[in-house]
Amino acid sequence: MKKLLLTILLCFISIVSYSQDDLLDILEDETPESISADIITATFKGTRIVNGHSIENKKDKELEFIIGHRFGRVNTGLYDLFGLDNANIRFALEYGLTDNFTIGAGRSSFEKTYDGFLKYSLIKQRKGKNSFPVAISLFGSVALKTLKAEFGFEERTFSESLSYVGQVLIAKKFNSSFSMQITPTYIHRNTVQVVEDPHSIFALGLGSRIKLSKRVALNGEYFLAFNESESINARNSLAFGVDIETGGHVFQIIVSNAITMIEKSFIAETTGNFFGGDIHLGFNISRTF
Amino acid sequence: MKPIFTLICCFLLITISNSQERYLTKNGAINFFSKAPMEDITADNNQVLSIVDATNNKMAISILMKSFLFEKALMQEHFNENYVESDKFPKATFKGTILNFDAINEVASKQQVKGILTIHGVEKEITIDANFTKTVDSILVDGDFVINLEDFEVEIPAVVAKNIAKNIKVSFKFNHKPYKK
Repeated sequence: MKKLLLTILLCFISIVSYSQDDLLDILEDETPESISADIITATFKGTRIVNGHSIENKKDKELEFIIGHRFGRVNTGLYDLFGLDNANIRFALEYGLTDNFTIGAGRSSFEKTYDGFLKYSLIKQRKGKNSFPVAISLFGSVALKTLKAEFGFEERTFSESLSYVGQVLIAKKFNSSFSMQITPTYIHRNTVQVVEDPHSIFALGLGSRIKLSKRVALNGEYFLAFNESESINARNSLAFGVDIETGGHVFQIIVSNAITMIEKSFIAETTGNFFGGDIHLGFNISRTF
Repeated sequence: MKPIFTLICCFLLITISNSQERYLTKNGAINFFSKAPMEDITADNNQVLSIVDATNNKMAISILMKSFLFEKALMQEHFNENYVESDKFPKATFKGTILNFDAINEVASKQQVKGILTIHGVEKEITIDANFTKTVDSILVDGDFVINLEDFEVEIPAVVAKNIAKNIKVSFKFNHKPYKK
């Protein structure tokens, strides 16, 4: 009789333990190791932090048209309407060849410069089983200055008008509202103004984003150059921006001590002193198709 | 002799009750559709997990929000970042009971499923009409229902009020197969 009871009890336990499983727990166990869900997305809102590129790429077959403006220095006063009389404008098209590979081309009115770039997302930040702490993208660009030489100077050849930039973008999204990026940068100019100026410039960029609300983010960016052009008394570039997002548009308002929007210029050729009032107001408007 | 007999009976019982009593799918389909004056938005998720337990008429569904695919990548990013906040609430779940499970057979019939739907971290009791078809080796469930975004505290800002509907139509189709652990 004792045995019988024990047997029944054992069986009962086994039934109970089986049906105790919560159905949602079973689903949890059965969830395939879906890798895509572990990828951290939207580290930055746009493909730029402020002036410089962020790790973000355009998505597959996405085309973005960007109009950027940087006005003159605010401290020029009322006569120039705080810089609004002098604007550098850049039009650009950026296109996602794949989710991880973006190409782009633009034209700035400043020094009548054409630029083209490639950006490739090498590694994504991941959580979960295959976790990786940072996202890494590679960036390369070339710029062609077409402004005619000043009176008395020799005209540049095509190759003398070129500059190159290579960057490794390393970013981490700490949480949904705070992301940071460090950007080791190498710039090479085929021509410099005086022999004392370096052809190659090394710089380190620091950028971050703080999300103020779901649609508004505050961005900051600083490029520390390790060697600089002596002839123009170049300074490090500092910029702040506010991203405002409305559906397919992103609107950015920017203050920066650089008037240009391409890497070789704002990293290596910025002369303004941000804290001395040499601030350029600017904005970017982009539309994604 | 008696205990052994009981033992065999019990094992037999367990085996019977375990076999083909739970039905699972890992690639259930959910589509949602938002119809607004400015645009229609639709998204598909074909990696939905759903399980039906025939022993107690219970049903559970687990939906990974990031698996919803949109026509435009930017929409998908906004969906995850701004609306359902997938980092905070990665999954939507449903847990409920099929009210008249015994009536389900090879002929499709409309049955009610009552339970708790959790989206965006907000739980809400809901009763859904769904078509059930049960064959020897499958339970097919499909249907649609409407959810109100405000019920789940998904905020739609005024600027996109004409782009996103307040009420979203959700369609689903799950073809459950026998599940063995």
